Amino acid sequence: MFNEKQLVLNRRLFIQGCTAAGVGACGAMSSLSAVAAAKVTMGFIYVGPRDDYGYNQAHFEGKSALAKLDWAKAVDEENVPETIEVQKTMESMINLDGAQVLFPTSFGYFDPHILAMAKRYPEITFLHCGGLWDAQKHPKNVGSYFGYIDEPVYVAGVVAGHMSKSKKLGFIAAMPIPQVLRNINSFALGARSADPSVTVTVVFTGGWSNPVKEAESANSLIDQGADVLTCHVDSPKVVVETAEKRGVFSCGYHTNASVLAPKGFLTGAEWNWSGVYTNYAQLIRDGKPIPNLIRGGLKEGVVKVSPYGSAVSPAAKEAADAVIKQFMEGNMVVYKGPIKDNTGKEVIAAGAQHAQQDIWLESMDWLAEGVVGTTK
Amino acid sequence: MTALRETWIISLAALALAFSLVAIFFATTGNSPWEVFYTLYRGAFGSWFSWQNTLVRAAPLMLTALCTVLPARVGLIVIGGEGAVVVGGLCSALVGITLQDQSPVLVITAMVLTGAITGGMWIAAVGALRYFRNVNETISSLLLNYIAIAILNFLVIGILKDPATLNNPSTHSIGEQNMIGQIGDTSIHWGLAYGIIVCVMLWILCRRSTFGFAADVVGGNIRAARLAGLPVAKVLLWCCFLGGAAAGIAGVLEVAAVHGRANSALNAGYGYAGILVAFLARQNPLAVIPYAILLGGIQASGGLLQRAHDLPDATVNVIQGIIFMVILSSEMFYGRFKWLQAKN
Repeated sequence: MFNEKQLVLNRRLFIQGCTAAGVGACGAMSSLSAVAAAKVTMGFIYVGPRDDYGYNQAHFEGKSALAKLDWAKAVDEENVPETIEVQKTMESMINLDGAQVLFPTSFGYFDPHILAMAKRYPEITFLHCGGLWDAQKHPKNVGSYFGYIDEPVYVAGVVAGHMSKSKKLGFIAAMPIPQVLRNINSFALGARSADPSVTVTVVFTGGWSNPVKEAESANSLIDQGADVLTCHVDSPKVVVETAEKRGVFSCGYHTNASVLAPKGFLTGAEWNWSGVYTNYAQLIRDGKPIPNLIRGGLKEGVVKVSPYGSAVSPAAKEAADAVIKQFMEGNMVVYKGPIKDNTGKEVIAAGAQHAQQDIWLESMDWLAEGVVGTTK
Repeated sequence: MTALRETWIISLAALALAFSLVAIFFATTGNSPWEVFYTLYRGAFGSWFSWQNTLVRAAPLMLTALCTVLPARVGLIVIGGEGAVVVGGLCSALVGITLQDQSPVLVITAMVLTGAITGGMWIAAVGALRYFRNVNETISSLLLNYIAIAILNFLVIGILKDPATLNNPSTHSIGEQNMIGQIGDTSIHWGLAYGIIVCVMLWILCRRSTFGFAADVVGGNIRAARLAGLPVAKVLLWCCFLGGAAAGIAGVLEVAAVHGRANSALNAGYGYAGILVAFLARQNPLAVIPYAILLGGIQASGGLLQRAHDLPDATVNVIQGIIFMVILSSEMFYGRFKWLQAKN
């Protein structure tokens, strides 16, 4: 009987909360205390450590931005595996901390964990990073948000293409899944827009956090002549530091990695979750409906380009700035034909184009011409 | 029965010492130990919700602990629970997917049997390498974990991948109707019952059967066992098989009760946490149950520690590490104190 009791309790608390929120919203102008009573409580869950210089740190920074708001409370938990443990963490945040909204940020949390909890707690909102909310299949109290991070990755590619002397770039990737392949291809397309003779050699490590393999791959890519490295793994720390130690350039990913490589850091792709999370908190506070699907790129401020490192040449800066400008104006399309894959097959015909919002891009299973590697 | 009083007193004293050391650790982080202990208690056992949280986490630990306990009866130190979980889970998922449309009872039975047999064979291989080729079982079982995980990742990213699981490569689903549900109204799945039943059954086997006696003789002195005419190879391989089978069932439960499919989440560290439980329980299948619950409780309250006291997640590892070291060190006090020995 426990669950029903809990649910009743939650519902009661929730109704109280709603009433308070309503009162708060009505009297926002007149009474500060009513607003204070309607604190928005949000729970964040990370699959890795908060300070990984990567994916999890990006979310932690987003969560930390909420701490500045006196009407919001954010709790978080790190190193939560994608097992029943994440379900328990969600329940614990709901039952013990009174969280109204949960942000389980790892991709593997979605199915079955978030879906199971959303069914059990219909009055709580679950917002998931990276998933694709489907109105037909998924509950209404679930939503997903993500950014077109391949836009700043493309910009980093442009810079890398300009700065490389050997014309060989290295990309260390976790596994050949669509999100990762899209970043590799965007990086290669960016670099080859600067210089069509550039090649990008990709190494898959097989896991999101595999520091030993990441270091080995970085070293072997440098041994093969690569002079700019970048990556798509949970934390770019190992790759960027190895590149710096070996005296080659690097591009970051997830967060600003310039402190790890003061000499060789060029630029990188970063998330800007603080903006996204503050917007969500504001919507909840105002009692407005929360959109089930949020996507955005550089223009919408969901992602950003890291400040250029000291090594970046003026010509590279100029070229990259021009691309950023096009993205900001909304008339830059990365996947514009003709594009061939690296086996010579045409994947996007001349004249055809796939804008960022195109769902087709989210099932990518090919590597673009100029990428050395295979998706198998 | 004679050693029972000694076991109780030394274990409790060790736990008390461990928790005092943990208290000192909390004090160094600038927290009041009492408050942190209260949070630990609240997160692990303080309410029915916390109890459910604890028991759900304890279930797989009971089964993976047995993977170290059973081989230890014959004197082998096996740390391959993780690999057996992965192999058992993966193979049972394949069976579940193939039999999907049969009756759920048949599907679950077939899955549990597959998981137990494949997990058992995995660890039996460790025993065979040890017995016939003299390969160190600790090293081989550890390395087999990596092989199991690599096979899982290879198959799940490759030929077994459900194309719909784009960014989280997984096998196809075994079907909602074939999942093992929750116990009554609780949020605890039936895996807990499997854990307790297997622990009790193996305790009976170890303590109340000729097989268990033979295993103890083999573990005590393998040459004496041979001279006494015991089928040493058979006993040794069966112990390894049974341990692996228990861990294999833990993998089945991850698939059939939690995920509905096999993916890299199978390799979540239950096998390694089980080693800790096995040593805390001093390789006694029945003692595995309370120690798995204790460890499940510490893990369950880990989240609350982070949220309520701003302690890092590593705190849980520190607590587990301190308990582990103290309990292991306490082994040297067995048989040292006369007043603890039973008077015959």
